[in-house]
Amino acid sequence: MVQDSERAVLRPRDAADLAEIVAGARGPLEPVGGGSKRAIGRPVEADLLDLGELGGIVAYEPAELVVTARAATPLAALDAELSAHAQRLAFEPPDFGALLGTSGEQTIGGVLATNLAGSRRVAAGAARDHFIGFNAVSGRGERFKAGGKVVKNVTGYDLPKLIAGSWGTLAVLTDVTLRVTPMAELDRTLVFTSATPAASVAILSAALGSPHDVSAAGFDPALGSLLRIEGFAPSVAARADALCGELSATPVGVFDGAASRQLWHVHASAVALAAIPFVWRISVPPADAPAVLDKLRPQRYLLDWGGGLIWAGFDAFDAANVRAAFGSGHATLIKAPAAERAAAVVFQPQPSVAAAASARLKAAFDPRGILNPGRMG
Amino acid sequence: MICLPTPDAAILERRASIVHALRALVAQGNVIEDELRLAAYETDALTAYRQRPLAVVLPETTAEVAAILAFADREGVNVVPRGAGTSLSGGAIPAADAIVVALGKFNRILDVDYANRCVVAQCGVTNLAISHAVAGEGFYYAPDPSSQIACTIGGNVAENSGGVHCLKYGLTTNNVLGVEFVTPQGEIVRFGGKHLDAGHYDLLGLTVGSEGLIGIVTEVTVRILRRPQTARALLIGFQSIESAGACVAAIIGNGIIPAGMEMMDRPAIAAAEAFVKVGYPLDVEALLIVELDGPAVEVDYLIERVSEIATQNAAAGIRVSASERERLAFWAGRKAAFPAVGRLSPDYYCMDGTIPRRELPRVLREIDSMQARYGLRVANVFHAGDGNLHPLILYDANVPGETDKAEAFGFDILKLCVDVGGVLTGEHGVGLEKRDLMTYQFEPVDLEVQHRVKHAFDPSVRFNPGKVFPTLRRCAEQGREHVHSGAERFAHLPRF
Repeated sequence: MVQDSERAVLRPRDAADLAEIVAGARGPLEPVGGGSKRAIGRPVEADLLDLGELGGIVAYEPAELVVTARAATPLAALDAELSAHAQRLAFEPPDFGALLGTSGEQTIGGVLATNLAGSRRVAAGAARDHFIGFNAVSGRGERFKAGGKVVKNVTGYDLPKLIAGSWGTLAVLTDVTLRVTPMAELDRTLVFTSATPAASVAILSAALGSPHDVSAAGFDPALGSLLRIEGFAPSVAARADALCGELSATPVGVFDGAASRQLWHVHASAVALAAIPFVWRISVPPADAPAVLDKLRPQRYLLDWGGGLIWAGFDAFDAANVRAAFGSGHATLIKAPAAERAAAVVFQPQPSVAAAASARLKAAFDPRGILNPGRMG
Repeated sequence: MICLPTPDAAILERRASIVHALRALVAQGNVIEDELRLAAYETDALTAYRQRPLAVVLPETTAEVAAILAFADREGVNVVPRGAGTSLSGGAIPAADAIVVALGKFNRILDVDYANRCVVAQCGVTNLAISHAVAGEGFYYAPDPSSQIACTIGGNVAENSGGVHCLKYGLTTNNVLGVEFVTPQGEIVRFGGKHLDAGHYDLLGLTVGSEGLIGIVTEVTVRILRRPQTARALLIGFQSIESAGACVAAIIGNGIIPAGMEMMDRPAIAAAEAFVKVGYPLDVEALLIVELDGPAVEVDYLIERVSEIATQNAAAGIRVSASERERLAFWAGRKAAFPAVGRLSPDYYCMDGTIPRRELPRVLREIDSMQARYGLRVANVFHAGDGNLHPLILYDANVPGETDKAEAFGFDILKLCVDVGGVLTGEHGVGLEKRDLMTYQFEPVDLEVQHRVKHAFDPSVRFNPGKVFPTLRRCAEQGREHVHSGAERFAHLPRF
């Protein structure tokens, strides 16, 4: 395996410089923002394309619910600017630093390129749902744009959706525009005792199917079933009470404000699995989760998205067992030592028709196959 | 005048053999070739343009769709997919050398799954039928395009349809979990399912809003939500567009995302009030309808907050709905705005641009000055929360040249939307209508990238020809044949 110290590091000053570098590249490139998620996916043997110079917020108008930033803007800086105006990214990006044992700082471009979302995914959508436009450089080294800077737009193909979750294999983002939402006045998390995943999913499902706008629904066997209600203070209190009544259950814990936010950040970032060497992130129909867990038998697990997201940690590597445990859905190996990742099928294999379409899209954006080759294998 | 693509004479000559071959692929009676019955398929809701297709085929199963598309691929025949044909941008208008694959027989709801909070429906099920199927349990499907009693879920996926509630609940793309998809080569595949997000490239996200250019969706899985416990609305008048705009910005600035927030200008208010007589104030320049939904305690609280904000922003009058009946009355005028405007003039042309909301006063001022230049009047309705503007241009197609003038006026408005940082279409789609304006919003390289995406699915460029992307084909001057509003298609459909 090639060490970072042996790789060339290319550091574009701006988008034009980046386009020139990509167009002139004679070998593979690995685009890197803060480097926080480099340990996910198949290791790539390539020159490093360090995008650190492409940072900074370009335009932010709170009343328009839209922000445009350069791709390598640190997520923390963006979050700080948004919270100064009582707004936020609704999809609640997780932070896998603790899980992966990495120290890199997340950038907004990296968050979008990997389409990761936290616990509010179940109510508010993923990164893809808030990503409304971008400027980028394709693998051909051409600068192009797609989407727009307004929240409602159906002009042309929805390329932000395609780029979200493409892990830097199609294009290198330079500027991104996101939809933002107002911060909730109050958030409250209710903790209920659940003896089994099946008992928990029953509670989570009832809560998500209630009219009380539950914005997160998870299960940590060490804590219990977790339900969050957010919004204007009088409404939160009324909905939380009504929900407990409908579930005929009394919470064993109630967390408000910062404590609630911290609880969900830790949960969505799978910090509980940090000591486990092999960690999978599995998306399934929520009601399937208990049966899938029965087959998986992980060392440690967490549920999120009402059961629709399973975090499963194992001491040993067994991809065949993991992918045989569910019918519809997908599993990504989020954490494993580099040698195992190099040999594993990290991302969910696609059916042949979809795989062929994906390969043609890859060839359309990056015909020389120089952007993160093999990363999504 | 928008050109329809020049048909391929060789295909037109082979019409009889193509029809014959299609008959072998579907049940008896499911291929239409006689002129009279083809007439029903010659346009959609962009009725100024008409074109009879080579034939219409009505498959009943996904396997039949696959067989038809494989045949068309082998034989090099163009394909135009069609749901209910309610597109306002000409997305379903046929081409002379194309077969129309009409999906009206895909009309069954296949699975209502409350445990996973989703519904699986065939593509020809209407948008509203999905909500009806789950209403008994208190659920609904959130995106609500105004044509929802007729438009199909497959068409919604193709167009990424919106609705008045999409500021809070999202567009189609944010509410679809999966599709069954048939490629232009006739292969059947699923993108997504009852789970969230993609394990690889988001082909589902790419499919939604692709306007029938990359394949045919035969089945759709959508998420359903519990219906909010209550909804109430405020009707707020303003003496200027500026103060109405400032009020909208202040509502959002206070962290409130209403379920719906609609604005009308003076001509639209007058037309609506004259038509439905619901008590709209006639002495204001702008009228805002703000709807709040959720638990009663939240709605009551927010009604107070929004009233205060409106007062601080120079509201000229505030009414709060005290009953469901009154709430619906507030909406009745807005929902009747299109037909109401239609009464003022023999014809109207509805535009669909999105602008940054702050630009609203400037855009309306410029539209106002364009009225003088074109000698045509405009009424404006506006999805104020998300900046989606629907100018309604009044004209009379019987006056020679006036249709072209209305079209040119409309295109100038859309260019203005782009000039102020907005886009050509917020919810109606590019289709045939706005195809030639794409070069105004996008650079050649941006369109080239989009073309390559199309080619990745449809390398021989046979799907929905003449839509979305400008082509260099010679203009065949056929196609437009104006029909007056009296004979309008879908005259019964609400449009807002």
